[in-house]
Amino acid sequence: MTAVSDAEIIARRSYVDSTGRRRFVRFWRDFVRRRPLGTAGAVLIILMVFAAIFADWIAPYDPIANRFQDLLLGPSPEHLLGTDAFGRDVFSRIIFGSRTALLVGFTASIVGCTIGLVLGVVGAYFGGKIDMTIQRLMDILLSFPLIVIAIAVVAALGTGEDKIANVIAAITVPIIPRVARVVRSSALSVVNMPYIEATRSVGSGGARIMFRHVAPNVFAPYLIMMTAFLGQAILLEASLSFLGLGVFEPTASWGLMLRGAGMQFLERAPWLAIAPGVAISMAVFGFNLFGDSLRDALDPRLRTG
Amino acid sequence: MRRYVVGRLLLMIPTLAGVAILTFVIMRAVPGDIVALQYAGSPVPQSVIDEQRHLLGLDKPMWTQFTDWMGQIAHFDLGQSLWTGHPVVEEIQIRLPLSIELAVLATLLAVTIAIPLGVLAAVRQDSWVDYLIRVFSIGGLAMPSFWIGIVMILTTITLFGWAPPLVFTPFTEDPIANLAQLILPAIAVGYRYSAVSMRMTRSTLLEVLREDYVRTARAKGVGERMVVVRHALRNALLPVITVVSLEFAFLIGGLVVTEQVFNLNGIGKLLVDAVAHRDYTLIQSLVLLLAAVFVLVNFVVDMVYVVLDPRIRYS
Repeated sequence: MTAVSDAEIIARRSYVDSTGRRRFVRFWRDFVRRRPLGTAGAVLIILMVFAAIFADWIAPYDPIANRFQDLLLGPSPEHLLGTDAFGRDVFSRIIFGSRTALLVGFTASIVGCTIGLVLGVVGAYFGGKIDMTIQRLMDILLSFPLIVIAIAVVAALGTGEDKIANVIAAITVPIIPRVARVVRSSALSVVNMPYIEATRSVGSGGARIMFRHVAPNVFAPYLIMMTAFLGQAILLEASLSFLGLGVFEPTASWGLMLRGAGMQFLERAPWLAIAPGVAISMAVFGFNLFGDSLRDALDPRLRTG
Repeated sequence: MRRYVVGRLLLMIPTLAGVAILTFVIMRAVPGDIVALQYAGSPVPQSVIDEQRHLLGLDKPMWTQFTDWMGQIAHFDLGQSLWTGHPVVEEIQIRLPLSIELAVLATLLAVTIAIPLGVLAAVRQDSWVDYLIRVFSIGGLAMPSFWIGIVMILTTITLFGWAPPLVFTPFTEDPIANLAQLILPAIAVGYRYSAVSMRMTRSTLLEVLREDYVRTARAKGVGERMVVVRHALRNALLPVITVVSLEFAFLIGGLVVTEQVFNLNGIGKLLVDAVAHRDYTLIQSLVLLLAAVFVLVNFVVDMVYVVLDPRIRYS
């Protein structure tokens, strides 16, 4: 479409004005102008974060209060998305569910990607036995389907009403090897650069080289994977909760809402099954759209399935 | 080449051994064993529980249990399920045809959708066709396949008053009843799967279309269709093949939630039940089986590369 790639534009801009803040503003202005899909994704994410923060004000009802006189009501002006089998307002539970989704999504993907980053950089920097050991461990973790590891971790740590940390851990573990592998391959091309050699020759220690000089150069794939895995983590939380291995009642979680009444009253109250699914899809859709465009803008060479 | 193949095959052993050790340790770290679960809540004297544990060999030291298991595997004996008492091989044999068939159906569906659309999106990059196809594919990544399943069941019930049959009929007995049961889950899973492969097709094709030899082909007057299909696509398909095969390997055991929605008795459900029952022998065998499938598929893909791309040589 255009002769000049984004990378060139960014490079040129950063040459013209070197102040970080202006570069940052320029980057996002270009992003909004040139990436309509990514901007749409960002809007979805902002809406969701907004809903999560201000849930107490937006939600018309208490999401966990049972009202047995209002069981399985259809959508109406009072209850926009109807009520569930406990008489709880579905719309309010969707709003509060964004808290659970974002909490699990952000924590799992930030922790998982960061551990992956450290393992990848350390492996690439040291090479040899250390790298080999890390890689074999990652291979082992990679040879299970994502959901299978998550189930195993949840089973090992236990589930319960206030054990959301275990659910987060279960989602974090399968993210680690996937990030470590990509980061390692990016870091490998950096560790042999002359400037790393130069840094070493002026007396920098290993830790300083790894985290001040190598890590910033693999920041683009790290950031891209973080947004990609945010969506994945939200999906995984929904799947685990749907299986009864994730978040527990009465906490509002989209996957959980699909599980119980959603399946049981499929014919009688279809809104119970539709609303949470739409919420999950919109959330993941937003993160994927945004992550995709971010990848194109930051590093056009990168491919992530 | 032969040395490389042998080396790769030998390298599978430590990986699978690692998987075996990890599963063994994790499962035994989980609180509560099968006997504790069986007698949970019932007033059984400790002696009965101890005897039961002894019968199942759970009172032996962990190390002995592990070497026993390894010894069995060396004899291709997977042992008996602790929960049902049936041989593990039998339990898996009942479920495997369904899981494989579903994986094959989903793959066929995904590939037939993914490749043409991926090519179209790449050829028309940044046009509305591209945007539409990308939104469609990102949608496939965003919607949980189990939810697509729920919505499909809901639609067929309300529109046609029809729900997929609950009992599995093998394809050889009654192909129509068999497909009637599996087509909806195959679509639910295939959509996501096709989204992944479509994105891969698009991005690699875009890359290849910028290569010099594509320009050469165009310059010497080869038609655009020919350039895309014969010159570019053939070279762009390698990474697509990787993605498709790895997804296939995952499908065999990873359809846990979709199987739940459609009430299918597949490998994924077997695994979840086995974890719930702390059925150690069954879990260990299943996880090892799934990992072996995955590692093997990986190996086969690398070998297929050599056949498809004469530039690739392993040494």
